Amino acid sequence: MRRLLVAVPYVWLLVLFLVPFGIVLKISLSDIALAIPPYTPTLDLAEGWAGIRAFFSQLDLENYVFLTSDDLYWKAYLSSLQIALIATACTLLVGFPIAYGMARAPEEWRPALLMLVILPFWTSFLIRVYAWIGILSTEGFLNQFLLWTGIISEPLTILNTNTAVYIGIVYTYLPFMILPIYATLERMDASLLEAAEDLGCSRVQAFWLITVPLARPGVIAGCFLVFIPTLGEFVIPSLLGGSDTLMIGKVLWEEFFNNRDWPVASAVAIILLLILIIPIILFQRNQQINKEAEQ
Amino acid sequence: MAASGKDDVFAPWLDAKAEPLIKINGVTKRFGDFTAIDDVSLNIYPQEFFALLGPSGCGKTTLMRMLAGFETPTTGVISIDGQDMSTVPPNKRAVNMMFQSYALFPHLSVWENIAFGLRRDGLDKDRIAARVEEMLKLVQLSKFAKRKPHQISGGQRQRVALARALAKAPKLLLLDEPLGALDKKLRQETQFELMDIQEKTGTTFVIVTHDQEEAMTVASRVAVMDHGQLIQVETPEVIYEQPNSVYVADFIGDVNLIEGSVSSLAGGAELAWAEGRAPLVGQPGAALTTGQPATFAIRPEKIAISTEEPQDRRNRVQGKILDIGYLGNLSTYHVEMPEGPVIKCEVGNRSRIERRDFTWEDEVWLSWSDTAGLVLAR
Ligand SMILES: Nc1ncnc2c1ncn2[C@@H]1O[C@H](COP(=O)(O)OP(=O)(O)OP(=O)(O)O)[C@@H](O)[C@H]1O
Ligand SMILES: [Mg+2]
Repeated sequence: MRRLLVAVPYVWLLVLFLVPFGIVLKISLSDIALAIPPYTPTLDLAEGWAGIRAFFSQLDLENYVFLTSDDLYWKAYLSSLQIALIATACTLLVGFPIAYGMARAPEEWRPALLMLVILPFWTSFLIRVYAWIGILSTEGFLNQFLLWTGIISEPLTILNTNTAVYIGIVYTYLPFMILPIYATLERMDASLLEAAEDLGCSRVQAFWLITVPLARPGVIAGCFLVFIPTLGEFVIPSLLGGSDTLMIGKVLWEEFFNNRDWPVASAVAIILLLILIIPIILFQRNQQINKEAEQ
Repeated sequence: MAASGKDDVFAPWLDAKAEPLIKINGVTKRFGDFTAIDDVSLNIYPQEFFALLGPSGCGKTTLMRMLAGFETPTTGVISIDGQDMSTVPPNKRAVNMMFQSYALFPHLSVWENIAFGLRRDGLDKDRIAARVEEMLKLVQLSKFAKRKPHQISGGQRQRVALARALAKAPKLLLLDEPLGALDKKLRQETQFELMDIQEKTGTTFVIVTHDQEEAMTVASRVAVMDHGQLIQVETPEVIYEQPNSVYVADFIGDVNLIEGSVSSLAGGAELAWAEGRAPLVGQPGAALTTGQPATFAIRPEKIAISTEEPQDRRNRVQGKILDIGYLGNLSTYHVEMPEGPVIKCEVGNRSRIERRDFTWEDEVWLSWSDTAGLVLAR
């Protein structure tokens, strides 16, 4: 019985991660073909041992070599990294003050504030991103409003630029930043700040010397939670970004659906996963350290 | 050194020329329409070890927080070292506080916690290091300098908090129930340590405590508070021997309270307490008038117990032993008067035979001297 319980997460991991990963890895080692499915070889167990040997002999790293030959791919990886980093920083800048304000709000307000942060999840992500098109487009609400107030005389081009992508990412991932930061700030003992003041800190110094270091685990967790999905983000750059917005998720999509080149697309996906493993491991370690510190 | 015995007694509050370190002048603090501190005036002198004592919610912490600067008085003035504090923020006061919860910074080591206040003063590295080492030695924690607060015991944490508060050599150290989390033995040890440190550093201490024994042990003066007011401010001896009210007598230590009315004020106060019984004689408390309802207060250890009627004492009552408690060094007897009240008396056990003199249901006489009891207005 006990073994069965222990086995559950492993079965879960096997079915939902390792098996799909194995399939994608296999496709990435295959060649493109005009067939269904659009790659070769496919495993034919009817031919027995010889069939398996033939199957493995046809797998090669050609697609990975191809990725290095075309600079589109590494440029897309780099550009994704850059966008993810900048977007994470922006989300932090917006999210921290919100989390801080929530943690210092009167206790009876906090559940309502938390609710407001989570509320957007109740509508479809896609609809919310489409809504931003309506806001950011040349004739959109934002431009109309700014023109009406007289701040600008010409409509701004925001939609289909990287700015729109950043806005979309910050908006979408903000709760992932706010919640872990809020959790650490809310737990913080208010008398620590008084103690710091008592020992000669100004309010501002106390914030930097006490609040910020104590919020660090939450900040780190929030940054990873935003950075990791943003790196492979596809919907936001393709809906809000322009033709020059280069993100690996978009490239991946185009390889799969426009070029129908599943093997190259799979190779792109595998590399993306390898890139993501580093931050994921760091994130896990951060969580581990926090847990130990709390005991 | 050569001063006469009388001058050696530390009692600046009796000296009209002494300049108080803290002057609290007509201070009231309200939270909404709730009055937490009600028109308190109090002087505390340099190098005093001043204890605030009172039941939960009487305003002790609030008074401390006003001294530290975390609350501002609704009315009234607090001045420290001659300076009006009303516009001085906590970080600009030569006052440090040891928090009830210790409030150690969890992300900093013991060493860094103690250095925290010194760094804010912009001292150079060597002086900070020297001072921190000195503090670590004072609280005997040199070995634990590198540990984080969660890696040391509760008692050690409390000492770190003390060291951190002392490191800046404040003029005034506020201690809010500093020993609340410790067990009795460690508590007593730490009380003596605190007194020792206070003497060594010459800092003025204001300590809040629930524990009257603690206040009596450590303090030069004790303030007994109730509902935001100071009921009595005096030395521990006076508080114990000469409480100014039934409240204080009852709050500090054990006391027998017998109700009656003042029958005479000639030569001590006499209290008529029961039909057909001789009045009890004691020292008169303040503001007594003949015929007024009053309470006779007598400490259990001041009462003698005997089988024979003690003819030489005016205060003598007869009753029946209801209960005997043997506490090792002393025995307590609960003696019931025919009129109803039960009087508790405590007798030291000098020899082992002594306590066998009386048993349950014995008729005994209780007696005490004319000056042992107090007659207090009600
Ligand atoms: N910020 C505040 N707002 C409203 N009421 C308060 C506030 N701080 C304290 N009080 C009230 O003032 C009274 C005195 O509180 P205080 O904390 O000074 O009591 P205390 O004597 O320290 O009690 P304890 O021994 O339990 O620590 C209490 O009734 C408390 O409810
Ligand atoms: Mg308190």
